[in-house]
Amino acid sequence: MSILLNRNSKVLIQGMTGSEGSFHTQQMLDFGTQVVAGVSPGKGGSKHLGLPVFDTVLEAVQATGADTAGVFVPPPFAADAIMESSAAGISLVVVITELVPVNDMVRARAFISQRGTRLIGPNCPGLMSPGERAKVGIIPNHIANPGEVGVVSRSGTLTYEIIQALARAGYGQTTSVGIGGDPVLGLSFSDVVQLFAEDEETTLVVLAGEIGGSDEEKAAELIGRGYPKPVVGFISGRSAPPGKRMGHAGAIISGSTGSPASKVAALAKAGVEVAETIEQIVELTRERLGAARSS
Amino acid sequence: MKLLEHQAKEHLRRVGIECPTGRVARSPQEAEKAAQEMGPVVVKAQVPIGGRGKAGGVKLAQTPAQAHAAAAAILGIEIHGYSVPSVLCEEALEIAKEIYLGVTVDRDRRSMVVILSFAGGMEIEEVAEHSPEKIAKLWPDPFAGPQPFQIRELTLRALEAVGGDETLPKARYLAELVPVVQRLFQLSQELDASLCEINPLVVTKSGQVIAGDAKIEIDQNAEFRHHDLVRELGPDASAATSGEDSLEVEARRRGLTYVHLGGSVGIIGNGAGLVMNTLDLVKQHGGTAANFLDIGGGAKAEVVKQALEMLLLDPAVKGVFVNIFGGITRGDEVARGLISARDELGLHLPLVVRMTGTREEEGRQLLEEAGITPAVSAAEAARKIVELIGAGGGG
Repeated sequence: MSILLNRNSKVLIQGMTGSEGSFHTQQMLDFGTQVVAGVSPGKGGSKHLGLPVFDTVLEAVQATGADTAGVFVPPPFAADAIMESSAAGISLVVVITELVPVNDMVRARAFISQRGTRLIGPNCPGLMSPGERAKVGIIPNHIANPGEVGVVSRSGTLTYEIIQALARAGYGQTTSVGIGGDPVLGLSFSDVVQLFAEDEETTLVVLAGEIGGSDEEKAAELIGRGYPKPVVGFISGRSAPPGKRMGHAGAIISGSTGSPASKVAALAKAGVEVAETIEQIVELTRERLGAARSS
Repeated sequence: MKLLEHQAKEHLRRVGIECPTGRVARSPQEAEKAAQEMGPVVVKAQVPIGGRGKAGGVKLAQTPAQAHAAAAAILGIEIHGYSVPSVLCEEALEIAKEIYLGVTVDRDRRSMVVILSFAGGMEIEEVAEHSPEKIAKLWPDPFAGPQPFQIRELTLRALEAVGGDETLPKARYLAELVPVVQRLFQLSQELDASLCEINPLVVTKSGQVIAGDAKIEIDQNAEFRHHDLVRELGPDASAATSGEDSLEVEARRRGLTYVHLGGSVGIIGNGAGLVMNTLDLVKQHGGTAANFLDIGGGAKAEVVKQALEMLLLDPAVKGVFVNIFGGITRGDEVARGLISARDELGLHLPLVVRMTGTREEEGRQLLEEAGITPAVSAAEAARKIVELIGAGGGG
C-alpha cells in the first residue's frame, strides 16, 4: 500500500514538452508510473514521448481519466497551472517548479481549497510509492526501494540521502513525500503524517524537517495527541544563524519561530526520537523495527 | 528586495494613503535647502533596515542650519552594515498616537494577513513576542481582498485588545482605517510584496491619520514582474536586499545561492536541505562553516568551478568540502569537472569531495589520483576536512 499515489493513479504532466518536463516524464514512465497525457497550451493534438498532448487540463481529463497532475511549467505560470488542474477535477497536484511568487501561491491555495484538491509543493521533489511503481516528480528512480517506512521531508537531495541510507540498511518505503521548502505550501507535515497513520503497511514514519516556520511543531502536536506508529525525527539547519535565509525561501529563523531548538523540543515532547545525523535515523529505525526484513 | 522609505512612501501616496511632505537630499546643502522651504523637518537616513533611530540615523531639525548639521552627521555613517547615501527630509509630525499596520504572509495559514495594533511605536516583532494579545489579525480572501466590514471588525478587535483608545473617536477610527487597509492590501498584491508595513501609522494632534514610516519588501521570486522597480532601485539594488555583506553581494552578482557564515570550511553542495545538513555535520565534527552555497540540481562541472571560484574570494576559507548527491549524474564526470576546476583555479587548499551517483567508485579513484580526498559518506567527509584544516594550522 501507499499514500496519495499508487499503481492506479493516472498522471498528466503540465509542461511535459519542456526540457525538464520531458526528461522527468520519461523517468516517471521508466519507473512504471501510469503517465497518460501531457498538457501544453498550443500543442494540443500532438504526441510527445508517445503520449497525447492536450491544450487544456480539462480536455486531458475528459479523454484519459487522469486524476493526478505533475507541474513542470516555469514559475510565472505555476499558480495558473495548479488552478487549472483543480478546476478540471484533478484530486492531487504536485508542483516541482521552484521560485514561484508567494502571493501567487496564496491565491492558488485559496482557489483549490474550495474544491478539495490536494496540493504538494511547490519547490519540492514530489512523491514516490516504490511498491506501487509510481512516482510524480524528480526523486531518482534508482534509490527507490519498496518497504514499510513512510518518509516525509521538506527537501530534495537530503531526502534522497535519507532514502538511500535507509535502503542500504535494508529499509524500503511505502511512500516518500517531499513537501517542499517554500513559505506557502500545499500539504503540511501534519497532513502527510496523518495519512501515514491511516496506511496499514506503513509501520514507521521518518519526518525530516528543517529550520523556519512551525509546520514541524504542528506535526509534533498531532503526534503528541496519540499516534499509532513510531516516528523518527530529524531537523536540518541546526547550525544556521538567525535571520539568514538558507537557500529555501522558507528556511529562515526569525525571532524565536523556526529555530531548531523549538522544533527538536516539540518533537521530543511528543515522544518522537530525534536523530542528529542521517546515520542516526537509520539506527533509530532499526531500534524500532528490528533488523531489516530483506525485501 | 527592500524599497527605501521614500520609495515606499511614493507608492503609498500613489494609491491614496496620506504621507508627510518630504524631499530626498544627498548632501547637507540639499537638506538645508529643503528645510528652508518646508520649515522644521525630520532628517532620516535612507537605508533598507530598521533600527535607524537608535543608530543615530534620525534627527529632528528646527532650522535650515540644524538640517544641514543633521544631514552632515547622518550621510556616510554606517547603519547595521549599510552606509547612508541619502536622507529623507520630511515635515515633522505632531504625534498623538502611533499605530502599527502591516500586510504580510502568514506561513502557518498559507495566507496573507493584515496585522493591526494600537500598541504602536515599536517593532511589531517585539509586540508579537511579548504581548501578542495586543495584536488583531485579519486573513482576507486573496481575490476579494479585505472588505470594509472585516476591517471595521478588525479595528474594533484591535481597540478592544488595548482596552480602547481615545485619541480619535471610535467612529473616526472605523471610517479612517477602512481605506488605508484596503489600499495597503491592494498595493501588496500589485507589488508582490512579502511585507507592506506602515509603522507607525500616526494620528497627529490635529487628528490627521498619516504614514510616519513605511517598509515595502518585494518577493524575490516575483521580481520578473517588476523590472521597473529593480531598475529604479538602481545602484542601491544589490545592497538593498536582506542585509548582505560584500561576499554575498558578489555571489548574487554571479547568480549563486550563497550565504556568508564566517567560518573556515568552504561548503559547496546541491540542494538547500543537503547543504544545511552539510553545515550541521561540519559543526558536529568541530569545524566552522565559511558559507552556505547551493549549486542546485544536476552537478555540472562549470557550476562547480564557479562555486569554487566564489569560495576562494573569502580569505577565511582554509579548506573546501564539496558534497554532491549525484542522483543519476555520473561520478566520473563530476570528478573530472572538479579536478579541472581546481587546476584552472590553482586551488592549493585542502579539498574533500563526497559524491554519490552512477560510477561513483571510478569518480573517487580519479579524485584520489589527483590528490583530492574522496569520501563515501558526508559524515566521513566532514571529519576529514576538519582534520585537514586542523593539520594545516588554519582552523
